Amino acid sequence: MQAFEYANPSTLQEAVALLAPQRGQTDVLAGGTDLISLMKDYIHTPKRLVNIKNIQELEGIRASAGGLRIGALVTMDELARNAEVRASYKALADAAAGIPSPQIRHMGTVGGDLCQRPRCWYFRGGFGLLATDNGKPLVPDGENHYHAIFGGGPAYFVSASSLGPALVAMGARVKLVSAKGSREVAVKSFFVAPKDENTREIVLRPDEILSEILVPAPAVHSATYEVRQKEALDWPLAAASVALTMKGSVVAGAKVVMGHVAPIPWEAAAAEKALAGKTITAASAEAAGKAAVEDAQPLSRNAYKVQLASVAVKRALLEAVKGKA
Amino acid sequence: MKRKISLRINGKPYTDEVEPRLLLIHYLREVAGLTGPHIGCETSICGACTVMLQGRAVKSCTMFAVQADGREIVTIEGLAANGALDPVQQAFWNEHGLQCGFCTPGMIMATKQLLQDNPSPTDLEIRHGLEGNLCRCTGYQHIVNAVKAAAGKAGA
Ligand SMILES: Cc1cc2nc3c(=O)[nH]c(=O)nc-3n(C[C@H](O)[C@H](O)[C@H](O)COP(=O)(O)OP(=O)(O)OC[C@H]3O[C@@H](n4cnc5c(N)ncnc54)[C@H](O)[C@@H]3O)c2cc1C
Ligand code: FES
Ligand code: FES
Repeated sequence: MQAFEYANPSTLQEAVALLAPQRGQTDVLAGGTDLISLMKDYIHTPKRLVNIKNIQELEGIRASAGGLRIGALVTMDELARNAEVRASYKALADAAAGIPSPQIRHMGTVGGDLCQRPRCWYFRGGFGLLATDNGKPLVPDGENHYHAIFGGGPAYFVSASSLGPALVAMGARVKLVSAKGSREVAVKSFFVAPKDENTREIVLRPDEILSEILVPAPAVHSATYEVRQKEALDWPLAAASVALTMKGSVVAGAKVVMGHVAPIPWEAAAAEKALAGKTITAASAEAAGKAAVEDAQPLSRNAYKVQLASVAVKRALLEAVKGKA
Repeated sequence: MKRKISLRINGKPYTDEVEPRLLLIHYLREVAGLTGPHIGCETSICGACTVMLQGRAVKSCTMFAVQADGREIVTIEGLAANGALDPVQQAFWNEHGLQCGFCTPGMIMATKQLLQDNPSPTDLEIRHGLEGNLCRCTGYQHIVNAVKAAAGKAGA
């Protein structure tokens, strides 16, 4: 690993002053569970690391009538165990609890989950986000078992964050802070499918810190369902997060967002439309699952993911209404 | 440039000058001389390097030593008190929860965590609690038996 300068600020203000506006100069260090791996492989070679783990104001979960405020340093373990989150924001609790192994849930933070880099093995092997070799895209005819089935390129990696789809389904926003000020961005617009090698997969600028996640007051029923290969230490093959607003036993509004199937959390508008005015039954959930994958564009080796994504939508819907009138 | 870190390991204070890129596992093994935590994969998969940081199990191969500054670490060496094995260590011994023993320090630390959070786990909960730890000898059934035996002790 390349040597670097280590900065250890104790306030957010000090921290943002240590970040450079150009890409590649500085990196924010939270739990380190992703960044350290990237540095070991020389995918990130920052000159300075800014450790944010000693910044008190980035801690804590606060629930109020208006919604939830989750500090960027809250760990996956804290999020998954929080009683309020489990009771009222189940899709989010499910997603956090799904992160494999206690060790990673203890160390990995929510900010780091949203900002983690894609796991595409071409990207991790040094071929860039668009995975090209001398201008030739490697994914469409390559080892694309775990790649995107939506979006149609030129980016074929899948967004790695399990929290992303749940937060999009719930209409959450993130607060991004730099030395020049702060802005709030909908999680939906935080993720980007890059069209060129110079664009990153999130809108976070190199001199910004994600300080908190803001989730509005919850939809009545929500859940996340993940399909994982065995129960191994790996990312899901496909997942779905749903949030339903009900009118009696009928769906008044549905948000259905699939994970690990596209470079961004993938909103299934057709499924949302199919659910409006329906009660959730095995049949309506299955129909919504089918609608969700209608316009999937699988690659040479990942057509199996279409079925998995469809089933994830169905099961997330059934899970969201389980035990509820 | 080296940084000064001060931390407690197994209840004892340590102060050292380290390079920021030094991983905690290398600090523990090579600077502090605690070779109980092992290095299997160094990519946060196998769990052989598991230690407690502020009372929570973490993988010390995917963490810098500087991140432990001011913190409390417990390694496998910190479990036995006054020459007597910790109940989890004793249970691994009694139930043959190890073969070559390479994964064992990590398995035991992960088990400590599991039983702290869930004193009487089911078989499935044990397997989930240990999903961050691999045994290359694949003696998982005896490991699960050992965890169950340790849980029985803790509850008794
Ligand atoms: C074996 C394994 C399996 C995993 N499985 C899953 C899974 O199924 N689903 C899933 O979602 N994740 C999974 N993860 C990823 C894990 O959740 C992330 O590594 C973790 O959440 C990152 O958090 P961190 O605090 O360690 O981030 P770090 O490693 O410290 O940082 C990650 C990135 O985010 C940036 N960053 C971190 N915090 C901030 C902030 N507040 N503001 C701005 N930038 C920031 C860093 O600069 C870096 O680029 C897995 C990881 C491993 C090792
Ligand atoms: S050596 Fe740390 S997880 Fe394998
Ligand atoms: S006992 Fe040999 S690796 Fe587990």
